[in-house]
Amino acid sequence: MFDLGYNASLVAIGAGLLGLAAGVTGTFLFLRKRALVSDAISHSTLPGVALAFIVMVSFGGDGRSLVGLMAGSALSAAAGLLAVGWLTRRTRLAEDAAIGVVLSVFFGLGIVLLTVIQAMSAGRQAGLEGYLLGSTAGMLRTDALIIAVGGALVLALVALLRRMLIVTAFDPEFAGSIGIDTGRADLAMMGLVLAVTVVGLKIVGLILIVALLILPPVAARFWSDRAGSVALIAGGIGGVSGAVGAMLSVSAPALPTGPIIVLVAFAIFAMSMLFAPRRGVVAALIRHLSFRNRVHLRQGLLALAQGQPVYEALTRRLLRRAGLIRADGVATGAGTAQAAKALLDERRWQWLRASEGTGAAAARYDGLTPIETVLTADQIARIDSQLRPGGLV
Amino acid sequence: MIGTEFVPLSLPPLLIGTLAALACALPGNFLVLRRQALIGDAISHVVLPGIVVAFLLTGRVSTWPMMLGAGGAALLAVLMIEVIRRAGKIEPGAAMGVVFTTLFAAGVLLLEQSDTSAVHLDVQHALYGNLESLIWLDALGWNSLLDPVALAGLPTELPRMALVLVGVIGFIWLFWRPLALSTFDEGFARSLGIATGPLGLGLVVIAAMAAVAAFDAVGSIIVIAMFICPPAAARLMTNRLSLQVAWSQGFAGLAAVSGYVLAGYGPLWLGYAHAVSAAGMIATVSGLILALAALFGPCRARLGQPAG
Amino acid sequence: MTQLKLAAQEGAAPVEDLSDIPLAIRGLTVSYGSDPAVFSVDMTVPEGAMLAVIGPNGAGKSTLLKAALGVIPKLSGLVTVYGQPIASQRRRIAYVPQRASVDWDFPTRVIDVVLMGLYRDLGLLGRVRRSHRDQARACLARVGMEGFADRQIGQLSGGQQQRVFLARALAQAADLYLLDEPFAGVDAATEKAIVTVLKALRDEGRTVVCVHHDLATVTDYFSHVFLLNRRKIAAGPVAKVFTQQMLQAAYGGRLSGGQIDRIAAS
Repeated sequence: MFDLGYNASLVAIGAGLLGLAAGVTGTFLFLRKRALVSDAISHSTLPGVALAFIVMVSFGGDGRSLVGLMAGSALSAAAGLLAVGWLTRRTRLAEDAAIGVVLSVFFGLGIVLLTVIQAMSAGRQAGLEGYLLGSTAGMLRTDALIIAVGGALVLALVALLRRMLIVTAFDPEFAGSIGIDTGRADLAMMGLVLAVTVVGLKIVGLILIVALLILPPVAARFWSDRAGSVALIAGGIGGVSGAVGAMLSVSAPALPTGPIIVLVAFAIFAMSMLFAPRRGVVAALIRHLSFRNRVHLRQGLLALAQGQPVYEALTRRLLRRAGLIRADGVATGAGTAQAAKALLDERRWQWLRASEGTGAAAARYDGLTPIETVLTADQIARIDSQLRPGGLV
Repeated sequence: MIGTEFVPLSLPPLLIGTLAALACALPGNFLVLRRQALIGDAISHVVLPGIVVAFLLTGRVSTWPMMLGAGGAALLAVLMIEVIRRAGKIEPGAAMGVVFTTLFAAGVLLLEQSDTSAVHLDVQHALYGNLESLIWLDALGWNSLLDPVALAGLPTELPRMALVLVGVIGFIWLFWRPLALSTFDEGFARSLGIATGPLGLGLVVIAAMAAVAAFDAVGSIIVIAMFICPPAAARLMTNRLSLQVAWSQGFAGLAAVSGYVLAGYGPLWLGYAHAVSAAGMIATVSGLILALAALFGPCRARLGQPAG
Repeated sequence: MTQLKLAAQEGAAPVEDLSDIPLAIRGLTVSYGSDPAVFSVDMTVPEGAMLAVIGPNGAGKSTLLKAALGVIPKLSGLVTVYGQPIASQRRRIAYVPQRASVDWDFPTRVIDVVLMGLYRDLGLLGRVRRSHRDQARACLARVGMEGFADRQIGQLSGGQQQRVFLARALAQAADLYLLDEPFAGVDAATEKAIVTVLKALRDEGRTVVCVHHDLATVTDYFSHVFLLNRRKIAAGPVAKVFTQQMLQAAYGGRLSGGQIDRIAAS
């Protein structure tokens, strides 16, 4: 392992806790389809950071107190969040436009204020640029401590509110029916996003902090369909990304903390998206191709059985590869037998659907399931005895 | 404002800023109506890795490779967003968030890892641009506008931005009808045989072109602000698409000119010696315009139900 | 099994002669994920028919229409319009999507929506002339909306929006009209106006296909039905196909016996 200094260890612990909290919090945002609201929140911290600096300097401080800057960032981020809500409710603008407006305007205002600070401190670096991309280099011990404690606090808040948030994210109507005030749950969610942003500002930077809220839940989504599990997995991914990223960053020069954390999270995301067993892209692709082939084969067989032409080239190719037709398109012995079986199955299903009281069994019909997997041999025999020649076709 | 000072120092940045604002606001109208407003945000973030890669490949800071790199990165980002959205079945907002943060992080890391201290290439520049430095040293006054020798010394960003604006106008003019149709009713557009997929991609590419050209001159804040704020404000002023586009162009021009003037002269009027960031001020003014439109715009309230 | 004739080569024309058939679908399968929404459907719409596609909720009625038009991708199947691939026959088709599928807050007026129906005449840059506007106004008049030409579309009621969509389809002057749930959530006056227009279209010899959900009005409005429940259940003239047995097959246990008796008797 790396030989971390005391500060670096604190930062890594803080980043890990923060990543954990961000992963869980981000899951609620993601399930509510509001992931990019966090982008507006994080960009709107900039004018607050700058204003807090100006205020602290004009009261005689040096303006770099982390707590003061965090307070300023929280206030302006809250203002940005209110502006997004106001624009979406009171005007015809959709939420995405409102987010774009708020993030660009607040950020622009922040840049204006940064140039004001540059002019004020004439030559002396205020060091606020570090808040854009995050930096842990030369961090004070108290700052590292604040981040570690902040990360732990946010995580405790998440643990406290998790039940309400999971229910609301998963099924708002049900949440309302069991007496959860969904408006208040949303407010709590946004409060947590704000807390994650403010604590993470110094390490990850305001442009990239959203990655910590978005990447882990999106990656976790590939591994589970259950909201609770997604939140837990996302927390794990976020925690690992934060801790590993922060450690990597101090292990070598010129490895800025924020980008490293984001890239670690992205690596986990990419692996999840490709290789997750059920929702992963590779698995889905294999499933889709085999499904398509089954559909074509089945359709080809039904056409063969009914003496209809097989129009599609892919269908013919698949029938041919399975040895069901010859090169000239004539059915082979196996093809004839399978075609007859497909047609018989089709008629059994049709009978089943037309008769009353078989809704449950008939509902499972998708045109591809062999009837033996749904019904017993006795049931099939009973159907066959009722099938009139020709059936309904 | 006397010509001898105004023409060389203020006229070129003012013009470049205005052209950039117009070029971004124009496709922004359709992006906002298509609920793709944040594509502009995503594009402007990924421009950074594009120019860094171009710099690493060519070893110098020159315009065209960087434009190509930025354009390539924008296309890559759009492609990645589509792949994640479709193959991964992830909602578009989250897919965008994944892609632009990752590419931006990669850009920052590349920048820190490579030796770019000798050249003027840094994150700050990428964010706020450098509008104030685009001066025209060959100009002596208003008559220089008619002097071919002096004109040759204009900042190259000016003709480039003008060219891109012409391209953007051309695209919107040519495809106005199918763009409007497919934005309103995609299913109907497809039943007419309009290739809505390529058309939508074309719109994003045009937006990326405007973003890349504008970014080089004015930084990414203006780009994001101009994609969204003027069209959003214009939407609150009228219920006709053509009028909305006209309003958005007016707002973009107004924000660019007044933002530049306020940034340059505002602090002087207040008794401070230093100008503030023009790019930031232009974004701020565009936000003020939107706030006014949201409070007083004649068409600020929603009419029909949005599509389920 | 008999000897089978197969279309000999890739892309070869179907063996059947479909050149008089406004819309022919063969082996159409559409799937969202790994669950077929529509499975191996054959459909033949006779010329001059007024055909209702009916079936229970989730039977794939709209999906069938959209996939036939190429609005959504299909997994397999062939679609011809008057015997030709659909891409070459777009001019002869008018499509009315579900009203809820668009954003009615879009900045445009009623007349502009109807003018969209003239897209194929206007092309990319053709100017909208007075004759085009008159044509659009005439289509609005046919659906009883002539007074609304300059209204903002968001100000219309649901029924009025549906009529504007129908006027847009009329402006297309097509031979084959495909409508997705035109009667869903509209007022009685609108329903009547739409039926009148559709019957007039049929009387002009055009072909009309509607995705329809109200079994009680099928016999009044339509000449043909197509019963769908993911697969084709039955198809043909209303008198022959709209029977208790067929409805039972389409709706299964989801329709009570009494309901079916009432409908079949009406």
